[in-house]
Amino acid sequence: MLAQTLRASVPYVLAAQGGVWSERSGVVNVALEGTMLVGGLVSVAVALTTGSLAAGIAAAALSGALVGLVHVCAVELGRVDGIVSGLAINLAAAGGTRVLLRAWYGSSSNSPSLAGGSSASTGLALLGRALVDPMTLVMLVVVIATPFVLQRTRLGLRVRGCGESPEVLRAAGVSVSRTRAIAVAVGCALAALGGAALALEQRQFQSGMSGGRGFIALAAVVLAGWRPGRATLACAAFAILDAVQVVLQGQARALEGLLQALPYLATLVALVVFVRRQTSGGAPAALGRAERTS
Amino acid sequence: MSRRRLWTAQLEADALAIVVGLAAAHLAFCVLVWLYGESPWAMSRELFVGTWGTPYGAGQVLFKATPLFFTGLAVHVALRAGLFNVGVEGQLAVASLAVGALGAHLPLHVHAVVAWPLLFAVAMGSGALWSLLPAVLRSRFGTHEVITTILMNRLAGVAVNVALGVGLAEAGSVRTPDVVLGAHLPRLSTLFPPLRGSAVSFAAPIAVATVIVVVVLLPRTRYGREAVLVAANPVACAAERIPVGRRLLESLVISGALAGLASLGTVLGYKGYYEQGLGAGAGVTGIAVAMLGRGRIVGMLVAALLFGMLAQGGLVLNAHVPMEVMEVLQAVVVLAVALGDGAVRRQVMEALRSVAVRAEARV
Repeated sequence: MLAQTLRASVPYVLAAQGGVWSERSGVVNVALEGTMLVGGLVSVAVALTTGSLAAGIAAAALSGALVGLVHVCAVELGRVDGIVSGLAINLAAAGGTRVLLRAWYGSSSNSPSLAGGSSASTGLALLGRALVDPMTLVMLVVVIATPFVLQRTRLGLRVRGCGESPEVLRAAGVSVSRTRAIAVAVGCALAALGGAALALEQRQFQSGMSGGRGFIALAAVVLAGWRPGRATLACAAFAILDAVQVVLQGQARALEGLLQALPYLATLVALVVFVRRQTSGGAPAALGRAERTS
Repeated sequence: MSRRRLWTAQLEADALAIVVGLAAAHLAFCVLVWLYGESPWAMSRELFVGTWGTPYGAGQVLFKATPLFFTGLAVHVALRAGLFNVGVEGQLAVASLAVGALGAHLPLHVHAVVAWPLLFAVAMGSGALWSLLPAVLRSRFGTHEVITTILMNRLAGVAVNVALGVGLAEAGSVRTPDVVLGAHLPRLSTLFPPLRGSAVSFAAPIAVATVIVVVVLLPRTRYGREAVLVAANPVACAAERIPVGRRLLESLVISGALAGLASLGTVLGYKGYYEQGLGAGAGVTGIAVAMLGRGRIVGMLVAALLFGMLAQGGLVLNAHVPMEVMEVLQAVVVLAVALGDGAVRRQVMEALRSVAVRAEARV
């Protein structure tokens, strides 16, 4: 059970940290879901072609950063509403991954499987497998690094400044657009890594395999008041729900529907219960406001 | 005189945006087709022939566009109040299931005059019900409706699954039993014989009429006028005693109700039952329709027809260019329109500014 939770939490946590990076800089990012898909496909595709997992992971991060750049350009330069751009990216990713799947592997639903990896599936063996998985390591690094970078480094301060009061930063001579670009690129790279974790875990890419995790990760960010540490906790809670689903699968047919609905119901309930009334729920003050060039 | 000037500027800006959107769609289509090694010219021609070239094709385009008329309208209504109803997918799924299930269990010889209003009401009610929770969460607690409606979409998938499994479906399948005869919507081919063979039903003209009626009526109601004000500046509205929360709630609920009507044409007019997954994608495309249509009647109708054409065209061109390309095309169009929106907004702001300057000069 612990092992399942750990396995399940990696994509959520990575995507949520990505969301934190992006949204703390003031750019709304509903494109986490689509970025996860892109990262998943790229990681599997590169791993299949080069035979190297590391290359796949790196490529996934790069592709995520590219998607993030598209998003931030649309929002900052093109003045597109962050939500619209995010939705468009999700659409493009969903369709695009299927198109590429078809083009590269002839099937619009699955990619070929990656060889290798242990086949442990229960108990301690599974826990061991989850712990040595490189993506788990990545997740741990990110979870520790993100709050540190955001709170204690100059870059982090700038990112947070962009989110709270971009005017102040601009007056200080810092380029708000450039900082946001970095933040969103990092954020989407993380989300793509989350997708890569998902795909590499299954040793293949399936169309639509992110299954709403990106949105739940975003909800986790909102629930956590945009704080990375709490977002991780929220993701852990969702991962537990996922793990419960997997563990109880096949037992108690009648409950199956309820189990499937559980993550979403829980998120909704949590959104109601944990909402903070002050300043729109603790969101960065400049969230959603594009840089204004006079 | 100055108000006239502003109105024309807005009209011009919207018309320009719509044309740019269409052009962007075609350009993207050509690029994608070219990437597949096919000739854009040949594919474009085949696209037109397969859709508008024959009465059957035109009927199919109308059939595919019918849900989009409704979903585009639904998204538009929410957008007026500054809300993004991304939950149209879930709302239409739940409503279609309800209609399919109820339609199958009506008395066998019920007359259409009784069945249709009932089923329409059920569709609207179910859709509104599914948007109620996000609506309340947004109006009472300020919870962002994008997240809540997306969660409701996922929940809808599970709920439909469970409902079908629990007994609404025919044994061993994932569809409801056939609806009774009186509930069927007749095909348009009964009125227009050339359309024979195509799936378009009376739902299409009903959809178009709904769009016209709603868009025309909205600014004439108190709710309609205040919703736009709420979108512009909720704080000022609150100061003016405009019920912000209530307007937000009403907007999402009405949007959900309209979304619920989306699959009526497919369930009652074509298939005669509800099947799991029917109508999927209409919600997301509805967002594209609303963005491209910019709230103008003609705009939304044209946008829905465009995407209907792309849907039908996807089938026609499937041998050369896979259907998934159409999804990517949709995304490109949405982005292109949104990018154009910035330019459009600047134009309108210019007109506003010149109007204000002139007014000041007169004083």
